[in-house]
Amino acid sequence: MFVVLLVLIVILGSVVFHMVSPWWWSEIASNWVGMDDTIILTFWITGAVFVAIGLFMAYCIWKFRYDKDKKAEYEPENSKLEWTLTILTTIGVIALLAPGLIVWNNFVTVPKGAYEIEVVGQQWGWMYRLPGKDGVLGTTSIKNIDDDNPFGLNTDDPYSLDDVLVDADDLHILLDRPLKLNLRALDVLHDFYVPQFRAKMDMVPGTITYYWFTPIKTGEYEILCAEYCGTGHYAMLGYVYVDEQKEYDEWVDEQMTFEEVLASNGKSDLIKIALNKKNDL
Amino acid sequence: MAADSYEDVVKNKESIPALEVAPQDLYHAKSFWTKYIFCQDAKVIGIQYGLTAVAIGLVGLVSSWLMRMQIAFPGLIPMDAAQYYQLVTMHGMIMVVYLLTALFLGGFGNYLIPLMVGARDMVFPYVNMVSFWVFFLAVIILASSYFVPGGPTGAGWTLYPPQAITSGTPGGDGLGIVLMLVSLAVFVIGFTMGGLNYVITVLQARTRGMTLMRLPLTVWGIFTATVLALFAFPALFVAGIMMTLDNMLGTSFFMPAIIQFGEKLTHEGGSPILFQHLFWFFGHPEVYIVALPAFGIVSDLISVHARKNIFGYRMMVWAIVIIGGLSFVVWAHHMYVAGMNPWFGFFFATTTLIIAVPTAIKVYNWVLTLWRGNIKLTLPMLFSIAFIITFVNGGLTGLFLGNVAVDVPLSDTYFVVAHFHMVMGIAPVLVILGSVYHWFPLITGRFLNERLGKIHFWVTFIGSYSIYFPMHYLGFMGVTRRYFEVFEGEAFTYSITGINQFITVAALVTGAAQFLFIYNIIVSSKFGKKAGKNPWKACSLEWRTKDVPPTHGNFDKELPVVYRWAYDYSVPGADEDYITQDTPPSAVANARAEQT
Repeated sequence: MFVVLLVLIVILGSVVFHMVSPWWWSEIASNWVGMDDTIILTFWITGAVFVAIGLFMAYCIWKFRYDKDKKAEYEPENSKLEWTLTILTTIGVIALLAPGLIVWNNFVTVPKGAYEIEVVGQQWGWMYRLPGKDGVLGTTSIKNIDDDNPFGLNTDDPYSLDDVLVDADDLHILLDRPLKLNLRALDVLHDFYVPQFRAKMDMVPGTITYYWFTPIKTGEYEILCAEYCGTGHYAMLGYVYVDEQKEYDEWVDEQMTFEEVLASNGKSDLIKIALNKKNDL
Repeated sequence: MAADSYEDVVKNKESIPALEVAPQDLYHAKSFWTKYIFCQDAKVIGIQYGLTAVAIGLVGLVSSWLMRMQIAFPGLIPMDAAQYYQLVTMHGMIMVVYLLTALFLGGFGNYLIPLMVGARDMVFPYVNMVSFWVFFLAVIILASSYFVPGGPTGAGWTLYPPQAITSGTPGGDGLGIVLMLVSLAVFVIGFTMGGLNYVITVLQARTRGMTLMRLPLTVWGIFTATVLALFAFPALFVAGIMMTLDNMLGTSFFMPAIIQFGEKLTHEGGSPILFQHLFWFFGHPEVYIVALPAFGIVSDLISVHARKNIFGYRMMVWAIVIIGGLSFVVWAHHMYVAGMNPWFGFFFATTTLIIAVPTAIKVYNWVLTLWRGNIKLTLPMLFSIAFIITFVNGGLTGLFLGNVAVDVPLSDTYFVVAHFHMVMGIAPVLVILGSVYHWFPLITGRFLNERLGKIHFWVTFIGSYSIYFPMHYLGFMGVTRRYFEVFEGEAFTYSITGINQFITVAALVTGAAQFLFIYNIIVSSKFGKKAGKNPWKACSLEWRTKDVPPTHGNFDKELPVVYRWAYDYSVPGADEDYITQDTPPSAVANARAEQT
């Protein structure tokens, strides 16, 4: 009858492990509290089912252990019981799914006032681009990428010139402002992931993906690449700093715009073409 | 439906249908080569499949040991990042395709289907033989990739482009990925030959009286899984061909314009996400290709060793069929954060959670079979109990990952690793182990050693639970998977080194116990306790063969005629606590069976 004990230890041990475990998520630093709440809800519902089935099974193994003088009960089917369990399970599933879909609806609906930042992933590091004064990110193409133009901006796009280019692994963002991250990959799949923000989305070469969130706590947060991207995947790290407006503005001022990058590379002819385009608008 | 009702059978013996085709003689092998190597007997082919799958599976097992060593004790076994990712990739692919799929369908399918449906062999024995050798070739091609320059592919078992075929990935610009894709294509060809055989045998070669609703659930599980595989593997096949063309001929099915390490590649306009759709259109049914045979087999193990009919047989059959059908409309739940249209999330989360209902029904019915049973705690029963706990655990964590909003923080973390290992790694393996203990007396005529078996059971169950249960908590923390060097950062509330070391030690011990199991098999096949006929007192036909172990042709001169379902245990009024499927009603006149 050690098996009964084993089943009990596994079931109750799991519950105890959960209660004393120091391994749990760090405090959330974004608006996605709904994700944490849905996990907790799922945890309680599924946990109750796990314990109930386990304990019932332990009881059965003990109570109905083999006795050569006894015979098992003969009952091929019991429609009433089977349908009751089916309906109860369906209700449980709906209770999990409904809040999950509500949170997902929020996640895929970017609020109107969100400002945009582009995150660029490549083997094995990060770059960022801010839209600049006009608030619009200029268009890009892989074909344009070279040493002078690491982001591949279209020089004939009038929205390109004032884009702020950050060719570094670290990013600063604003506290309490909804932020839409436009995600771009230059070579293979990557995924911009900050555990405290909870959100993530793969970056796919050939297309632009996105997600949004609102940081709710200032501080320094680690960026991890969450989608396998080759030998250096584990080393594709960086930092996000959630700033108040003042610190954020100071940081932005230190960065170079595309126009300044072109100028410093002696490409003033390109700037002229772009400015003409802008004037045409 | 002449023979369906029990009363009909009792009243009218002629309700058993007449033979549709005259019995045909099998090709009986005479030489060593045709008897043991290029053999056409499904039982031998099943064992060949099993041994080959286990042999390559041991490579997968040792790979996991090495990976775990790097995660917990970096530097103790010298390796670089490329080698680590090659271990990850080969471990995953070997375990999912070459071990589990081949073992359940090729191994158990071949051995059990003809015996359980009352046939002398598969319907196309020659094609069946070729099927195994094509599978064997696939394994050789896979293994050969270890010996080419650059080594095997390190693209992860999902082989996502563009990284799978570019130079930033081990084997991506060499032969590693080529051999992997060729091996998979060959595997699919071999499987198709075998798979058609299994399906047609179940549909066409059942003995008289063996209606579909009298089949043991083992056959239902393997049959449905094979149908899934026949529909799912072509998606993998074409994806592999298309990626090979991208790789070798410079086409752009999956390759957009990219710039890698400062160099612009010539591809343009392809879609990496298209590959993911094709891969998971195969990959999700693949989960059930592994799970459904396990569901079926464990139902039979529980029923036999609890001396009680499986509870709710018809519901169990429908649950298998419905799960199989639904498994084709949930694939994109592997891609919630892959960058596909976010609106897909609503559809795939809903379909995914609907699958929970038939799956839960199966769990309830297993447990309700134990209820008021007469439970013998034999080794197959112990492994079945361990399976239920593991599967319930892994199934419930699927409700986290299937619910799209919850998947966002948990995807690509160790929570995913823990979930899929519980549900489609450990759970099916526990069933495989239990069923080896169950059918070993049929295959060899001897029992496996019980004492060694008990040690094997305890270490395997406690060990594997200790590996994967704590791992979920790494996932809750947000620890990302597929990291060569474990990242210990501010993002995590507590050090993850200790827990990783614990998991690694558990993995080493659990893996070692499998070698004890192999030792048991080798020794017991020669020196084990003699089993005799039908030692578990089971009802199904595989125990009703002329000889034990069954010889070529399986049954005596006459094929058995079936009068009842495979679960007439503890029927009131019967003298014994089981009535075999081929027992005519007149032989057990007092038994009050309700279901046939």
